Amino acid sequence: MSEILTFKDIWVEYGEKIVLERVSLSISEGSFVSIVGPSGAGKSTFLRLALGQEAPTRGQVLLDGKALLPQCDPDRGVVFQRYSVYPHLTALQNVLLGLEFAKSPFLGRLYGKARRDAIQTATDMLTAVGLQHNLNIYPSALSGGMQQRLAIAQALVKHPRVLLLDEPFGALDPEIRLEMHDLILRLWAQHGLTILMVTHDLQEAFKLATRVIKVDKRRHDPHAPHRYGSGIISDVTPDKTKPVPLDVTTLLLPSSDEV
Amino acid sequence: MDEAGGRERLVSALMRRLINIKPGQGAAFMLGALPLIAIFLLYVQAAAERSAANAADKLLPTLDKMGESLSRVAFHPDVLTGKVLILSDTIASLQRLGVGIGIATVVALVLGLALGVVPLVRATLAPIIATIAVIPPIAVLPILFIVFGLGETSKIVLIAVGIAPLMIRDLAAHVAALPNEQILKAQTLGASTWQLTLRVALPQALPRLIDSLRLSLGPAWVFLISAEAIASDVGLGYRIFLVRRYLSMDIILPYVAWIALLALLMDVILRGISREVFPWYHGKGK
Ligand SMILES: Nc1ncnc2c1ncn2[C@@H]1O[C@H](COP(=O)(O)OP(=O)(O)OP(=O)(O)O)[C@@H](O)[C@H]1O
Ligand SMILES: [Mg+2]
Repeated sequence: MSEILTFKDIWVEYGEKIVLERVSLSISEGSFVSIVGPSGAGKSTFLRLALGQEAPTRGQVLLDGKALLPQCDPDRGVVFQRYSVYPHLTALQNVLLGLEFAKSPFLGRLYGKARRDAIQTATDMLTAVGLQHNLNIYPSALSGGMQQRLAIAQALVKHPRVLLLDEPFGALDPEIRLEMHDLILRLWAQHGLTILMVTHDLQEAFKLATRVIKVDKRRHDPHAPHRYGSGIISDVTPDKTKPVPLDVTTLLLPSSDEV
Repeated sequence: MDEAGGRERLVSALMRRLINIKPGQGAAFMLGALPLIAIFLLYVQAAAERSAANAADKLLPTLDKMGESLSRVAFHPDVLTGKVLILSDTIASLQRLGVGIGIATVVALVLGLALGVVPLVRATLAPIIATIAVIPPIAVLPILFIVFGLGETSKIVLIAVGIAPLMIRDLAAHVAALPNEQILKAQTLGASTWQLTLRVALPQALPRLIDSLRLSLGPAWVFLISAEAIASDVGLGYRIFLVRRYLSMDIILPYVAWIALLALLMDVILRGISREVFPWYHGKGK
């Protein structure tokens, strides 16, 4: 499998505070990578780098071998924990939006046959996430799980090279979460997606991902905790033939050669 | 039986905290009408007493007197011009108000969006708009009269200059406060700055613009009437200040009531438009 996303010796600093240090990672096409770690470790920072929302202080992020501009572009789709869909657009309009941006630079709207085709594409995408009966409903009338389904459909209609998810199911009930797991695994397989997902939930990470990465501080100075940033302290490939063990924390202990 | 139910409800109402006792729709309407009716009755009573004591009293004219004066001065075509005064006053005032508010709204929309969406524009224009906003508009009225003359232009400009800065700042703040996730998401969907403004910022700015327009109607009327009072020959404000010289409360009071009615009507219409066109803004997911 070829490399799609590469982090090369990344450092992220905010003034005095070092958040990430010496992070190198390459992600191969078609993989489902999950990033775990304690709160404040820099998981979202990782994702923001891939998204282009931020540039690293040092180092490079490469997509298909090319350095990323520090801005978001349609080759990377994203679903946040919240606020990913537009409240002023119906479900169908939310998904249409990406298609309209691509084909209508000035008005940002499509008409006639182009619009009918786009509606067909968007409806198919909404059907794939199970929202075919809620096309003309505003997000405020959708449940949290349905809003996340919509956000996924909205991102996937652009066929991004990489799909970035920041705790996408963090705000959902356990049962809805399980439904969403099935959905995202199905879409990942069907569309041949490459996914980078941040989560707090280790079980979730081991269940979904083909590769689990733990981000945490390698060194700790009790007098000046901000002096050391986080790095990748373990990089695990879950055995997909076996069920997820009940206690997965031991799987994530730092490997000896890393320290 | 009904009485018992009523008592039960009363008792249960009294046992709850004040903040938890909410009037139903009908009750709210009645409660809202009460002060208005009370003021009206008080006025009628006071006017009757004064006119009984002194038939020539000017301060609190009775309703009859007001009606009579109005039909003489306002509704009857003027002998010289052949125009119905209250009609030509209303048309002149509404025209000034409409054009002034219209200009302010368009400017607020364009600048508010530009400031809210584009950081470079915000850095360039926010300080000057903040500066203009603290100048009391009435203080620049003499300048407007000198620059634009005493005609329509200076009145319209006063209204526009008076309300636009606040509307611009309100809209810019609202647009800038859209969740950053929305802005990032639009870019991952391939939006250019222009497309993002058009499809993400504009539609979410419009209902807010109507809100701030509704709040600006009050100040807009103040500026209109001030300008008309100082230099004009027609208009609601002009008329009020003209007849003030003769202590004509019988004209002033109905004019004020008429202005209040017009202002209320505009507010109701704007609110109706907002609810109709932007259901998602009013929490109706359909
Ligand atoms: N713009 C910023 N300026 C200063 N510090 C920042 C900035 N953004 C993030 N940080 C800091 O960087 C650290 C990592 O933040 P990040 O959001 O990546 O954590 P996280 O692992 O996603 O945490 P959580 O699980 O709580 O979401 C935090 O300590 C945070 O305070
Ligand atoms: Mg985070």
